Amino acid sequence: MNNMPNIEQANTMTESKISANKVQVYYGDTHAIKDVDIEIQPRSVTAFIGPSGCGKSTFLRTLNRMNDTIDICRVEGSIKIDGEDIYDPKVDPVQLRAKVGMVFQKPNPFPKSIYDNIAYGPRIHGLARNKAELDEIVASSLQKAGLWEEVKNRLDEPGTGMSGGQQQRLCIARAIAVSPEVILMDEPCSALDPIATAKVEELIDELRENFTIVIVTHSMQQAARVSQRTAFFHLGILVEEGLTEDIFTNPKDKRTQDYITGRFG
Amino acid sequence: MSEHTVSAYDEELTAMAGRIAEMGGLAEKAFADAVSALVSQDLDLAKATIKSDERLDGLYHDVEVKLIEMIARRQPLGQDLREITAATRIANDLERVGDLAKNVAKRVIAIDSDLKSKKLAIGVEHMTELALSQLKRVLDAYARKDAEAARQVQEADAEVDAIYTSIFRELLTYMMEDPRVITQCVHLLFCAKNIERIGDHATNIAENVYYMVTGERLPEDRAKVDETGAV
Repeated sequence: MNNMPNIEQANTMTESKISANKVQVYYGDTHAIKDVDIEIQPRSVTAFIGPSGCGKSTFLRTLNRMNDTIDICRVEGSIKIDGEDIYDPKVDPVQLRAKVGMVFQKPNPFPKSIYDNIAYGPRIHGLARNKAELDEIVASSLQKAGLWEEVKNRLDEPGTGMSGGQQQRLCIARAIAVSPEVILMDEPCSALDPIATAKVEELIDELRENFTIVIVTHSMQQAARVSQRTAFFHLGILVEEGLTEDIFTNPKDKRTQDYITGRFG
Repeated sequence: MSEHTVSAYDEELTAMAGRIAEMGGLAEKAFADAVSALVSQDLDLAKATIKSDERLDGLYHDVEVKLIEMIARRQPLGQDLREITAATRIANDLERVGDLAKNVAKRVIAIDSDLKSKKLAIGVEHMTELALSQLKRVLDAYARKDAEAARQVQEADAEVDAIYTSIFRELLTYMMEDPRVITQCVHLLFCAKNIERIGDHATNIAENVYYMVTGERLPEDRAKVDETGAV
């Protein structure tokens, strides 16, 4: 038994998928993210928690350069994925976003058929050589998202006609279709009922075998249920990051303690 | 620790700690009364002690229901989670202390004769004082959320165990000398064992208080001094 490494050791031994160093984000004059350092482990779920306006979504969006679309937003510091700086001028943000997919708070399927929602990404990235290959990608993406059985007989119906929970899983399937390595989720269940939420959480648990997942959530119970590691943000600072069980039973920082126990003034 | 945004939560936690303290008070009294009934062969006190356990049991069920309710409604995390799980376990230990006191009281009625040896009575009383002071100290540590005091209680349990071993030896000697006292001695042996177990419950509570306050496990490195297996 002595030569069996414990989980903590095993975690530090694996190479980080995402490595952020001294990250600053400014919106005009506002310093929204201050000096954030974090290592995100591959094939695991990392949850970002914190009160509204703490910067957790802003930081999430730096990981696939979604902030590039905001003119007044400026990012400093270094963010590396697999050791490569994603803010290097040579990096194409479109390619980056194929590698680092995103799912949003409100399900946002395209006003197209279920099939075309999934096929859109693979088509523009040229991932399929013919119709048969595209069919295969659509089917396997829907299967991985646990949606195939529900929609296989109505692939030509509009995605917007599905229930909220199905739409969100469709968006996850759409993200998976371009074979990303990282999936960012910004409060993916906040518009869903508990049953649809449970299905998405079950899906997240399955996806972590093949993807690195970072999820922003306002529900601490959700963070506790789905993640292996949790990071607590407050006023643009990463206050504490650690194993989820430690953060929720024995946090080290008083601010984390106050937040998770509902004592924030 | 600052207050919860939802003030009813604080009130529930305070009320819970109050009920645990009340249980602690009842358990202490039951235990002291049972041993005092034993030493002085006071049958009325023994009967009253048996009866008083009902109140402790009732309080225990009440605490248990409230704790489950709090888990369901508040979904406690961090310090709150540790306080609520610690309270669950401490209530359990105190309820057991009450049962052990009741068992001693029942044996007082079964013995119904004066103790054969003054020395033995002194031994039992001394052990009780120690175990009782352990219980008092650990309940204080709980009320004050004092991890260091809890750690000291855990350490001191060795003394209770040592006295138990010496009482065990003494009873064995009496039984070998005069088989007519075997019945009384066996009852006394169970009483001594019960008192020793109360010390163990105080230790359990100490471990829970330590975890509640620090979030860390209290290392269980003390050597077991119960040597009766080797006597």
